[in-house]
Amino acid sequence: MSQLSTTALPQIGSFALLLALALAAYSFLVGLFALILGGKDSDYLGETARRAGIAAFGAIVLASVALVTAAFSDDFGIAYIFHHSNRDLPGPYKFAVLWSGQEGSLLFWSLLLATYGFVLRLRYKTDPRLFAHASVVIAAVQVFFLLLLNFAAHPFAVLEGAIPPDGSGLNPLLQYPEMVIHPPMLYLGYVGFTVPFAFAFGALVMKYPGEKWIHITRRWTMVTWGFLTIGIFLGAHWAYSVLGWGGYWGWDPVENASLMPWLMGTAFLHSVMMQEKRGMLKTWNMWLVFGTFFLSILGTFLTRSGIISSVHAFAQSSIGTWFLVFLLIIFVTFGVFYILNFRYLRSEHKLESMISRESSFLFNNLLFVIACFTVLWGTFFPVISEWVQGNKVTVGAPFYNNVAVPIALILLLLTAIGPLLAWRRTSFESLKRNFMWPAAGALSIGVLMMILGVRPWKDIAYFYALMAAMLAVLVIFTVVSEFVRGGQVIQRHTGFSLPGSMLHLYHRNTRRYGGYIVHFGVAVVIIGILGTPFNREAEKEMGFGDKMNIGPYTLVCQSYTQDDNPNYSNEWAIINVFKGNQQITTMYPERRLYKASSQPQTIPRIHPTYAQDLFLVSDLYIVYEGRNEDTGRPIIKAHLNPMVPWIWTGLIVMIFGTITCLVPNAEPIRATVPARVQTAPAVGAGD
Amino acid sequence: MKLTTKPFLKRTGQFALIVVALFSLLGVGDEDARFQYLGHHMMCVCSCGQVLLECNHVGCQYSDRMRIELAAALDRGENDDLTLQSFVQKYGPTVVAAPSTTGFGRVAWIMPFAALVAGMAGLVWIVRAWRMRPAPAIADGIQPLQGPELERYREQADKETDL
Repeated sequence: MSQLSTTALPQIGSFALLLALALAAYSFLVGLFALILGGKDSDYLGETARRAGIAAFGAIVLASVALVTAAFSDDFGIAYIFHHSNRDLPGPYKFAVLWSGQEGSLLFWSLLLATYGFVLRLRYKTDPRLFAHASVVIAAVQVFFLLLLNFAAHPFAVLEGAIPPDGSGLNPLLQYPEMVIHPPMLYLGYVGFTVPFAFAFGALVMKYPGEKWIHITRRWTMVTWGFLTIGIFLGAHWAYSVLGWGGYWGWDPVENASLMPWLMGTAFLHSVMMQEKRGMLKTWNMWLVFGTFFLSILGTFLTRSGIISSVHAFAQSSIGTWFLVFLLIIFVTFGVFYILNFRYLRSEHKLESMISRESSFLFNNLLFVIACFTVLWGTFFPVISEWVQGNKVTVGAPFYNNVAVPIALILLLLTAIGPLLAWRRTSFESLKRNFMWPAAGALSIGVLMMILGVRPWKDIAYFYALMAAMLAVLVIFTVVSEFVRGGQVIQRHTGFSLPGSMLHLYHRNTRRYGGYIVHFGVAVVIIGILGTPFNREAEKEMGFGDKMNIGPYTLVCQSYTQDDNPNYSNEWAIINVFKGNQQITTMYPERRLYKASSQPQTIPRIHPTYAQDLFLVSDLYIVYEGRNEDTGRPIIKAHLNPMVPWIWTGLIVMIFGTITCLVPNAEPIRATVPARVQTAPAVGAGD
Repeated sequence: MKLTTKPFLKRTGQFALIVVALFSLLGVGDEDARFQYLGHHMMCVCSCGQVLLECNHVGCQYSDRMRIELAAALDRGENDDLTLQSFVQKYGPTVVAAPSTTGFGRVAWIMPFAALVAGMAGLVWIVRAWRMRPAPAIADGIQPLQGPELERYREQADKETDL
């Protein structure tokens, strides 16, 4: 017996989804027809398609509002709400229910795509014909997701039988503040890459002259890349703060799924400059932007199909087949149009020198793509192995650390050298002159690390850490030297102070210098990661007054206490932390038992320490693991993770850099001081 | 004797290469390091998806037992391969955290580097092809550019080489 929900929300939501599908299908089919037809009359038809696309956005917003309202009104007649919420779930997590499960997150995907499409369709006057093409591509993707929502993963499906009094609750792992912002950021990144792809595909189909489509999509791409970056790092921070194993990246297939489009998108962000500046790499860029979009969909497929086991994945379902068919369709469609129109993508210039910005971009792109391939290969190898030899194998951190880390180190080297190279050609002398001091600085850091006790011959991990530290410092020094040298040139011409000149330098080319700030942030992140081989951990059953040592710290168990609230009951330890005889902090690692789901969850506590050891910054990370079943005594595990706070600092710098890239360039100011006649040092040049 | 810069740099480079090679070839020695090494090359089989030494589930049916077995194997003096093999026999091939370097597992390790080599070769071929592309011929008697046309090229040069 089917029973209606307590409210009309399922009907409203279901109707809104059907309406959205009809509107998106109209926007796609009629928009396509208008483009094929061409001519003045088709413009009117195309306009109706554009408006249908805008209306589809309204319908999807309505469906999303209905689902969130159902979560807040505890409408457990809706199966999705029953499975992912409960009465005592705090408000922010009820809102997050929208993306906490399979069906809801597909609706959220669709909502974000509709929002991007809405903005794109409102701005159509920039170039109506190109925007019409892009609108059709977005509508096609929208139709796919709405088909899924209406026929394969319906978020408004109602439960059979009596309405349960309470829901099963949200997975405890997801009840953490970052869960409210991590998935939206990640999805904004995933979904956002549809927009540059839509423009690129539109440009390919219509043989769009010039590089205007790249100018139009530049900001879309950077904003999308920024969101994906934030999403990935928030995911890492969530894993670090919740999972309790003291790490932030486990090379899990779902983590890899987010990394792949990021790598490909980063390659595109770099190589697109070659097309803008020199009219080169047009074919390559087309495939890169397609690859980024394709990998975004592939990542969604990986997370939802159950083809690869992961702790992060949604429940196994039949929608994997839908995704496979969609992936095949987009590959074939893109391939056909590429074969038909590839002549339009001929390069306008030739490469003049191997020591040039162009060649550094080529190598940079190759390495990004190889890194992406490595992650893809490692992610799918268990499946390939099962096909070939009948048994699955595990591809975990040791594989990636041995294969991906060397590639990442070469990329880091290129990140340092690339900005020193000029477009077209750079003399070896100039390169040597600009590179010498940063290289000397990096070598000094390497020597200093070895003097301080880093022994790279003990373990390959120490060797990688040493190399990464040197290269990260090299990147930082080259970025600083670029700012200083450029600032000095401006200073000579204008008489400004050096900081003022550097600021003006940035304003003259925000994209280039914003990019350098992003590079700086990447180097800071690398510095944070390279502390990993020096992590320490200790575990002990601790009663009142018991002590445990980790690094220079002594943990003393003061007491344990318990609490209870409608959502969960919890128990936490009160641990005093001493360095020598001085108490530096008290930490409260916690263990919760969520009532609705009857699932336990550890909540580690993290205390960053500054200038307490050689690493300058370390995280003291304490987990209350629960009680020993035999002795009944509480178990405390402690990690001392050097440098980790730098990772989050690096992210902030990267985001700041990305935002500064989006600031429009200022007009150059006139020179007020005559320049001395001398040979000016080569200052990188160009983006 | 005055030491010139170039031989000094060359020797420094050679020395650095030898040091790097030496560091790469040196292996892991003591038992605790081996325990850490092997424990980080095996997965906990409780389906948590975590490396053995990083599984932090209290009451995990597997990780504590596996750690004890690993320590016992090292005490018996078994080498790394034998230890891993005994775990594979007992818990299945997914217990090893990375594909083996024999049989089909070798393909997993080779492919990324093969792709890198192929990519490098492709890149060199493309760069060569680009560089071979003939530049437009300049006819005799061509006059240097002046006036607005020169300005236009200067603007383009500024665009491509601006600060």
